[in-house]
Amino acid sequence: MRGRVARNVFALGSAGLVVLGIAGCNQSKPEEGGTAQTDLKIVEQVQIDEQGKEVKADQAADAADPAGDGKATCPPVSIAMAGALNGPDAALGINIKNGVQLAIDKHNAANKGCQVQLKPFDTEGDPQKATAIAPQIVDDQYTIGLVGPAFSGETKATGTVFDQAGLVATTASATNPTLSENGWKTFFRGLANDAVQGPAVANYLKNTLGYKKICVIDDSTDYGLGLASAVRTTLGPIADSGCNISVKKGDKDFSAAVTQVKGISPDAVFYGGYYSEAAPLTQQLKDGGFTGTFVSADGTKDPEYVKQGGEATKGAILSCPCGPATGSFADEYKKKFNTDAGTYSAEGYDLGTILVKGIDSGAITRPALLDFVKNYNGQGTARKYQWTPTGELTTNLIWIFKVQ
Amino acid sequence: MSVTNRLLAPGDRLREWWSGLSRVQKWAFGILLFGALALLPLYTPPFLDTPGISFGGTLAQFAMVAIIAIGLNVVVGQAGLLDLGYVGFYAVGAYTVALLTSPNSPWNKVTDTGPFSAPWAWLSCVPLAMAITALAGLILGIPTLRLRGDYLAIVTLGFGEVIRLMADNLSDITNGPRGLSRVAFPRLGESDKLPEGVFSNGNSSGHANYGTWWFWLGLVLIVVILLLVGNLERSRVGRAWVAIREDEDAAEVMGVNTFRFKLWAFVMGAAIGGLSGALYAGQVQYVAPPSFNIINSMLFLCAVVLGGQGNKLGVIFGAFIIVYLPNRLLGVHFLGINMGDLKYLFFGLALVVMMIFRPEGLFPARAQLLAYGKAARDWLRTPPVEKDPAT
Amino acid sequence: MIHECVDQYACLAANINFNLEGLRIGFWQLTIDGLSWGAIYALVAVGYTLVFGVLRLINFAHSEIFMLGMFGAYFALDVIMGFTPSGNAYNKGIALTVLYLGLAMLFAMLVSGSAAVGLEFVAYRPLRRRNARSLTFLITAIGASFVMQEFVHFILPHIIKGYGGSNAQQPIILVQPKTQFHIFSATVSNVTIVIIVAALIFAILTDFAINRTKFGRGIRAVAQDSTTATLMGVSRERIIMTTFLIGGLLAGAAALLYTLKVPQGIIYSGGFLLGIKAFSAAVLGGIGNLRGALLGGLLLGIMENYGQAVFGTQWRDVVAFVLLVLVLLFRPTGILGESLGKARA
Repeated sequence: MRGRVARNVFALGSAGLVVLGIAGCNQSKPEEGGTAQTDLKIVEQVQIDEQGKEVKADQAADAADPAGDGKATCPPVSIAMAGALNGPDAALGINIKNGVQLAIDKHNAANKGCQVQLKPFDTEGDPQKATAIAPQIVDDQYTIGLVGPAFSGETKATGTVFDQAGLVATTASATNPTLSENGWKTFFRGLANDAVQGPAVANYLKNTLGYKKICVIDDSTDYGLGLASAVRTTLGPIADSGCNISVKKGDKDFSAAVTQVKGISPDAVFYGGYYSEAAPLTQQLKDGGFTGTFVSADGTKDPEYVKQGGEATKGAILSCPCGPATGSFADEYKKKFNTDAGTYSAEGYDLGTILVKGIDSGAITRPALLDFVKNYNGQGTARKYQWTPTGELTTNLIWIFKVQ
Repeated sequence: MSVTNRLLAPGDRLREWWSGLSRVQKWAFGILLFGALALLPLYTPPFLDTPGISFGGTLAQFAMVAIIAIGLNVVVGQAGLLDLGYVGFYAVGAYTVALLTSPNSPWNKVTDTGPFSAPWAWLSCVPLAMAITALAGLILGIPTLRLRGDYLAIVTLGFGEVIRLMADNLSDITNGPRGLSRVAFPRLGESDKLPEGVFSNGNSSGHANYGTWWFWLGLVLIVVILLLVGNLERSRVGRAWVAIREDEDAAEVMGVNTFRFKLWAFVMGAAIGGLSGALYAGQVQYVAPPSFNIINSMLFLCAVVLGGQGNKLGVIFGAFIIVYLPNRLLGVHFLGINMGDLKYLFFGLALVVMMIFRPEGLFPARAQLLAYGKAARDWLRTPPVEKDPAT
Repeated sequence: MIHECVDQYACLAANINFNLEGLRIGFWQLTIDGLSWGAIYALVAVGYTLVFGVLRLINFAHSEIFMLGMFGAYFALDVIMGFTPSGNAYNKGIALTVLYLGLAMLFAMLVSGSAAVGLEFVAYRPLRRRNARSLTFLITAIGASFVMQEFVHFILPHIIKGYGGSNAQQPIILVQPKTQFHIFSATVSNVTIVIIVAALIFAILTDFAINRTKFGRGIRAVAQDSTTATLMGVSRERIIMTTFLIGGLLAGAAALLYTLKVPQGIIYSGGFLLGIKAFSAAVLGGIGNLRGALLGGLLLGIMENYGQAVFGTQWRDVVAFVLLVLVLLFRPTGILGESLGKARA
């Protein structure tokens, strides 16, 4: 009967496959013939200023050391840290927390008379949650300083709370330019914002690298769109209007975008967005025959980008207002947390260092610490720190990294 | 009663007692309970307190979700229409307020004097938000309410997502993913210490922080909505909803204009959702598309289903569970996993288990006479008067 | 771009374009790509449509069955066959690659099939015993979907190191996409060919199974009238189990094809959107109709791509939802209309 025939065919077929499978399994482990595990790393290249000109790294001062002179005394005060410690974007929050933790632990180990406590708060990166957490932070009278919030959305929602409470809020990662335009006295940004990063990268591509045709893609998020818009404006006619593309965060298939880019054949593609989309995009571009350079920014600068994108990411240029984890900081971080320092870890460390230095110098109340930070001028591991009255850094240098 | 029913019916004895009270007594207890709830954020017992996050803020969120739950209950529980895209109405309400009052919006109507001046802007926008959301409910309802059951669920899901995606993509108007910030909020109690009043997020110290104030506002609105919905329940409209929910064809045969009443349910539910959205916009002062996703729709449905479909007080309890528990468990670690992360897992499990063992919910709607219920019960319970047998 | 912008910001802020020129230029490429996506949607849509035809239930959790199949395929390649995740493509030659992929697909089908049967056993069967309303089934499906997603998100990393969690799995790529030939102006890559051919084979097999075999007749009988079917000697419970199994197997196959296309897509949330689109496809073609699901899947894949080109890439998902809403409003029975239970001459 037909049914029986079908079943027999099916049985034979699967049996055959199983036999082949067993035969296949008996082979020795597949050798990595020519497609070895990627050894690519994201390596820093150069610092650039807003005009895209290369700037020699500051050889001058040494980075500030949170240990200080070891003789500080202070009452039990605490520093709070707020950011996404759980959920899909937790990696960034945890990087910052670890950086601050390292600074505080180093300080406490060296200064027995002054033990500062770190109080982490998890906002999941959600603005509504952040508005409920901010009062908790402010309510605690021992907390005299804050590193955070980590994301621009939650900073937008909570900036007024910290301003009204006079609690110094230094952010290690929120790059939305409008944050410093709200008149908050307590807002201090520990890195350059997107309005600086965008034009700097664009000018670098335009002037220093001399590209003539660039496609700009954004991921429709607040961060990605903001950055890409700044790049588009600065590039002017070089940003080809035939490939102004917006994809969505969470997309994994970019065939339409790749087709458009192929049609234009630019020298480079700039992507404003995060690594989880940048990796498949880079790979699909390469597979589709794109031979130019892939350029992106700090949202992409993460080891996951190379892990997911593989060989296709070789030669990619990534900009970041964050500095590379260099020297003793990188080693200490690795030893303490068993993993390489991630994006914004250095900023977390530097901001934590500045706050404990303030405590060491005698600023043990909120107004005093706020004043200390306002007038601070010193070198950190990632850059020099000094702030304008609105809370932006006075020297805004962007780092350029390359995957190699 | 089976063992499982006995185990999962925590409130049945409570409900027996409650339905035995007279109307005046019910009101008295209600006022006492209201007072206790209102004082809760000021004098929080330690086992209830949420260490990692502001208790007032949690309660404020609870009030908003409770209002949504009551609105969704009207649609799902009363009229039996499964709406999976309810978050769309929430979004429309929030965006209406934001579009009218945010400086980032091209339709900003805030002026120096008059109903849209800073102190009054939020208050003026609330009825507008409700009206526009009701209109959206009407627009959504008219074509889709012809569908039944599962199809209606999927269409509403589709609509909810379309609303979010439009808010995300039409950046000229809604500012896209960057959202609209500095939304207006009610101004009350302005002083030197609090230049923008008790509802602004500057009021963040102590127990009477702005979360608590928003909670009190929400509580007042909950009472108002409950009265409104309760009245509807006991009226012809409510009876029509029950009829439609139980058996739509029979209702149609009995002369109930099912389409009109279903539309009514939709519009009312939408308006209530819009009100909650307006509260959300005022509290967070920042409205952006990612908050209005399908997962939140499912959570709201979870509140209604867990609390008891058709029971407007039960769904408030359901809302309390889904807002309070994850915040209480924030930071609690077990076997290396943060319990607060697992909130969706627990809710999913709760849904599956509840549907198997007690699909009506924890406090199900009781089939009861909707008018003169207590009088009828008393009359039925009085023993018959002894009559002399005819000799 | 067609329309003039008031200022650069407004234009770049991505509103609705109407770019018919882009559609004309890329027409064939968009069609080919749309077909390969459509093939994947079609296979997943069959699961939805079969379950609906037999049980009148929308199995919301089917998207998670697909997601588990992806992890199953990954596990097979990673642990059983010993490939190291790397993000670069391995080159093992055609015969071996086909073998490895075939094995991975079998394992994925195994995982998905068992998950589907398990779901039916744990979540739906108790409800059927209690004669629950369809609303109850839908809510359980939603709950089950949450449970599976969050299990992979948070608990799987503690069970198998390196699996699950918030980031996608580091890809294991066995096929380097390479253009094989050109049709008009479109390039056809080897991945596209594999997907379309494999999906075609499965479609034919499934159609054969449903329409020409005995248990397929049983499925159609239960779909048409389950009481009479029981009277005729068809075991209802066994048919339902088989239906879920078939849906699961096809989802597993689609999962492997998807990982060929998007190697970085193996993540706990990777099934959700695809599931909704596959469901839209099933509705589009005619829910409860096997050939309708296949047709609907192909159509949706193509329309999505065209919509992307005309309106802009960010409107892609909107196209799927709008199509769904329109179909349900104006032709709820779908394009092919007939249901599974209709007798075939």
